[in-house]
Formats: sequence, structure tokens, C-alpha cells
Amino acid sequence: MNSFTTWDVIRNLLLSVPWTLFLSAIAFVGGSVLGLILLVLRIMKPHSLGRAITWYVQLFQGTPLLMQLFLTYFGLALFGLNPSPLLAATLCLSLYAGAFLTETWHGCVMSIPKGQWEASSSLALNLREQLQYVIFPQAVRVSVPPTVGLGVQIIKNTSLASVIGFVELTRTGQIITNVTYDPFFVYGVVALLYFAICFPCSMWGRALERKFTFKH
Amino acid sequence: MSVLDFSAVVQAWPLFLEGLWLTCLLTAVSCLLGTLLGAACAWGRIQGPIWLKAGLACYVELFRNTPFIIQIFFIFFGVASVGFKMSAIPASLIALVLNLGAYACEIIRAGIEATPKGQIEAAQSLALSRWQIFTRVLIAPALARVWPALVSQLVIIMLASSVCSQISAEEVSYAANFVAGKTFRSFEAFMVVTACYLVLAIFLRKLLLWIGPRFVFGRMKF
Amino acid sequence: MTDDQPHCLVEIKKLRKSYGQVEVLKGIDLCIQRKEVVCIIGKSGSGKSTLLRCVNGLEVFQQGELLVDGLPVKSQDAQAMRALRQKVGMVFQSFNLFPAMSAGSNVMLAPRLVKGLPGAQTRALAEKLLKRVGLEDKFDSYPNELSGGQQQRVAIARALAMNPEVILCDEITSALDPELVGEVLQVIEGLAKEGVTLMIVTHEMNFARKVCDRIIFMHQGLVHEMGTPEALFTNPQTPELRSFLSMNHG
Repeated sequence: MNSFTTWDVIRNLLLSVPWTLFLSAIAFVGGSVLGLILLVLRIMKPHSLGRAITWYVQLFQGTPLLMQLFLTYFGLALFGLNPSPLLAATLCLSLYAGAFLTETWHGCVMSIPKGQWEASSSLALNLREQLQYVIFPQAVRVSVPPTVGLGVQIIKNTSLASVIGFVELTRTGQIITNVTYDPFFVYGVVALLYFAICFPCSMWGRALERKFTFKH
Repeated sequence: MSVLDFSAVVQAWPLFLEGLWLTCLLTAVSCLLGTLLGAACAWGRIQGPIWLKAGLACYVELFRNTPFIIQIFFIFFGVASVGFKMSAIPASLIALVLNLGAYACEIIRAGIEATPKGQIEAAQSLALSRWQIFTRVLIAPALARVWPALVSQLVIIMLASSVCSQISAEEVSYAANFVAGKTFRSFEAFMVVTACYLVLAIFLRKLLLWIGPRFVFGRMKF
Repeated sequence: MTDDQPHCLVEIKKLRKSYGQVEVLKGIDLCIQRKEVVCIIGKSGSGKSTLLRCVNGLEVFQQGELLVDGLPVKSQDAQAMRALRQKVGMVFQSFNLFPAMSAGSNVMLAPRLVKGLPGAQTRALAEKLLKRVGLEDKFDSYPNELSGGQQQRVAIARALAMNPEVILCDEITSALDPELVGEVLQVIEGLAKEGVTLMIVTHEMNFARKVCDRIIFMHQGLVHEMGTPEALFTNPQTPELRSFLSMNHG
């Protein structure tokens, strides 16, 4: 019971990887939905909501994720809810992802030449049709590489959810280290596992970037 | 819903101030050393021998594809367990510098690779050595090209210093945890500190964007 | 073509260069004397810029020999290249001034770093050279504050600062607005009169006629015709040169 074999350690770490991926996926999906809504709002009503959205983005990009997680966790508690670490982490990471994603996507849409907007409105398309048929198809292409990069960022940032008690790969590593007293090996394996997840995604993002650069 | 009460937290302002001091110190030192490391690595990746290029590529990919908290845990706990014991602040600095170095390397490398070929040919024609070309002709315009991206990364490192609280470096996040524990006003404590970070982030960005053209890469207009 | 002259400053023997499968220089033999001003003309793609860039090692040739002041050009040897480039200066079509430095600093950079001259001496040299090209009051100006013609003149001063044996000019007026071409050509004419050895690739036929001792017409990677300006311009021997001159007279 006291002695963990090497395989025990690795097995337990591997078992926690799905939790990391699960949290990453929810945060990415949640952030994407939020980011998309904010993007469309920003385009349709540039002045009224624009400021509020900018403040939201600046807030999440200008403060540490660690503090955001604590605030979400203790903030929800203030409301009488007793949030599970998963709930708090999901909520916070979705808001965090939403800020970065909406900012990136907004940049991609703004990079579409003005002539595209002018041509499509000259053809009597309304805003929704412009976005759906002309602007977004082009913007999506441009946005794929940086979005993949943000996905990798989200996966790495799930590691901080360990601090509010969510048991994913990092937290499992901490727990095992407390038992085996072998942080060099345990955190080494944890690092390699994160690397094994993130590196292929990063490479894929870079390949996509090369592909899209030539096509333009 | 319980009412927010900032009084106890506000009374602890000396603790926050001490924490802020360490945050600023960690930020300043790691930004400077990390950028220098990044520039050196960028040089190595462009001009170095094959084994150096490969080694630097491994370093960069490793630090860009693993979470910072794991990097700092590995350095503080892991490396200590095989003999190199260090206290929280040196470990924090090492982690921050290595992390920033990897990102800065890629940013600066992109800046250098965007140098118009004619600049390099002109410098070569003047019989300048490769080191002289790098330091006198390449690096300043490269930094000017990528300065906004580099500044963003430096702000990210400043925010990342909050993670150092997890190895008990007594910067401002640690102070927040401490005050939260003492006063049981967790939300308020973290609010105050988060506001501090926001102000710091805005200030740091403005400061660096101001410093760059004046002291780092000289007068440049593109 | 090759004269039995004592000591060519730049000696090119059977030079061949290819880019991958495409051969750009197909066997060049040339001897440039000290104090000679040679103009190389030809259509784009004839290899004239490539030939010039071989002389200071910016292009690597596959076959043949290239000697500057008796020393062979060895592109693999960094030390040899550094020594070579102190003897050979170059002025580029796109000026290539260093944007982060003032005009004076651009001129001072190489003498200070490569020759190790002390600061005061280098500054005096830079001031003298900028005066020579007519820009004595632009010492502290930055390249983006100067016109194209002024930038090119600074570039000439920068090349002169190393006191090279020969200066290569690679279409140095092609990127200039027409009204700025004259000031640059005037400086080059001055250098020619002072006895500086020059290899000039140019499209400016009138200038070539006026200033050069010898004209080399290149066609498809070879020296097609060579001779004094009078001989070539008034009496072109080959149809290729005739058609080139008729298209470029202006």
C-alpha cells in the first residue's frame, strides 16, 4: 500500500488525462459559444456593446487565471451555491476562453478587406446574409490556426484548476507526489503527458498556417 | 448572499504592498533575463550548428507545450529532490526566465527572419562578422518589428508570476491567500489583488510600449 | 579577350555559375585593371548582376577562378571572405542603409568594427566622406529622412569608408526617381576621375558612354562584346548588341 510501482504512478496519471481533456473540451466549447455570440453582437452593434465587450476582454486578458479561478470559486459561494471544483473551473475557463476567442475572431473578421463588405452590400445582401455567405467563410479560414493555438493554451491552463481542487492531471500529480516523494519522476511524467497532448496540436496549427498562407 | 465586506482586507494593505514589491521584482528581473535568453536562443536557432539548433528546438517546444505550474513544480520540487535545493524565489525566477525565454525566442526569431535580405547583404559586403551583423544590424530592427508581440508576452509573464504563490513565493497572490485565510473574506481579498494585477498589466504595457522606441531599439520608423 | 597585362586587380577565369539546373554564367574571362572604370550592360537575365555579386562573394560560383588583387575568392572560408570584403566595396540598387542608424553612423560602422579605428578618427573620416558626396549637413539624419538619391550617396560614402581597392555598383540608379539619378551619377563620375577602380552594372547608356573606360556587353551568361564606349556604341558588331542599343537609347 505504501510502495507505488512505476507503472502504478504512470497508470494513475494516465487515468487523469481524460479529465484534463474533458475540462479542456467543455471550456473550449463554452468559450466558443460565448465568443461567437459576442463576436456577432460586436459586429452588429459596434458602439453600444463594443465597450462592454472590450472591458470584458481586457479583464480576462489583464488578470491572472489563478485569481480568476479563485474569484469564481469564492464568488459562487457568496451566492449561496456550493460549487464543485468542476463547475467553478468550467465556468471560469469558459469565460477566459471566450475572451481570448472573441478577440482573436474579431481580429480575423476585421482583417477581411473592406471591399468584400462593400461588394456584398451592393448586391443588396442584409447583414446576416453578408456574414453568413461572404465574411464568415473567409474569416473562418484565417482564424483556424490561431484558434488551434488558443486550444493548446486552454489545455495547458486546465492545470490551474488543480488549485481549486479539481482532480485533473496536475492535481493527480500533486497527490501522487505527496505519497511517493518522487517529484522529479512524477512531475517529469506529467510534463511529458501534457507535451504529448499539446505538441501534436501545436504542430497541426502550424501546418494549417502554412497551408492557408499559400492559398491566399 | 452574504454582503461584501472589504474592511478587514483593506486593513491588511501592508501585506499586499510587500507582495506587490516581490511581484514587481520577479517581473522586472525575469522580463530582462528572459528577453536576453530569448534573443540568444533566437540567434542560436538561426546561426548555430546543427546540434545547437536541435537542442534549442527541444527546449522551446518543451516549454511552450507544458503548463507553467508544472514547469515550476518540476524546478522547485523535482530538481530539489535530486540534489539542487533552492528556495522559492530563485526557483520562481528560473521558471519564469526559462518560460519567457522559449516564447521570446520564437517572437524574436520571427522578427529577425523578416529582415530584408538587402540589409544582410550590405552588412556582409562591409566585411562585418556574423556576430557584428547580428548585434549591430539585425537585432534592433527585429525588436522594433515584434515589439507589440513581445510586450504582450512580457505582460503574460507578469500575470504568470501569480502561479509562483503555489510554491510559497510571497508575492501578491500569496498575500491574497494569506489574507483570505486570516480574515475569511476570500472573495474580497482576491478582488483587491485582481484589481492590482489589472492596474499593473495596463501600466506595464503602456510603460514598455513607451520604453521600446526610446531605449531598446532606438529611433525607428516603419 | 584576356590581355597579358601585368597584375589584373580583378581576374576572372572561365567562371561558371548555375542556379540549380539553370546555368547563368557560362564561362566568363575578364581582367579589370587598377583605376579602370568598367561598365557592364545587357538585358535582364544576361547574368551581369550575378557576375558582380560573385566578385564579393554574395554569389557562389561552381567552376572557374576569381582573384581579387591576387587572392582567390574562397566562399567557404569566413576569414578569407572578411579579408576580401575589405578590398571590395558594394553599392546596391535598393541602397540597404541600416535604418536604425544615422547616415554618419552608417558610414562609421564598418571602419570602427572591422578595422578597429578609434572613434574620433572614424568620425572625421565619415564627415569627410559625406562631404565628398555632398551631404556634409546630413550626418545625423536617419535614412527615412533622406530622399532616394541622398540615401544612395550615403551608401556610396559607406562603401568608400573601408577604402576598398574596387567598388561594385549594382544598378545603383535603377530604383531612383529620374530627377534624383543625376546627383548619384555625379558622385560616381567624381570617383572615376579620382582613379577609383569601378565595376558598374547600369542601364544608363549616356553615363556609361561618358564615364567608362571599357564597356562589357553581356548576353545569355557570356561576354558578348567588349571595347571602348566609342567602339561599342557607334559600331556594334553583333546583332544582339545592336538590338539592345536600339531598345535602350535614351
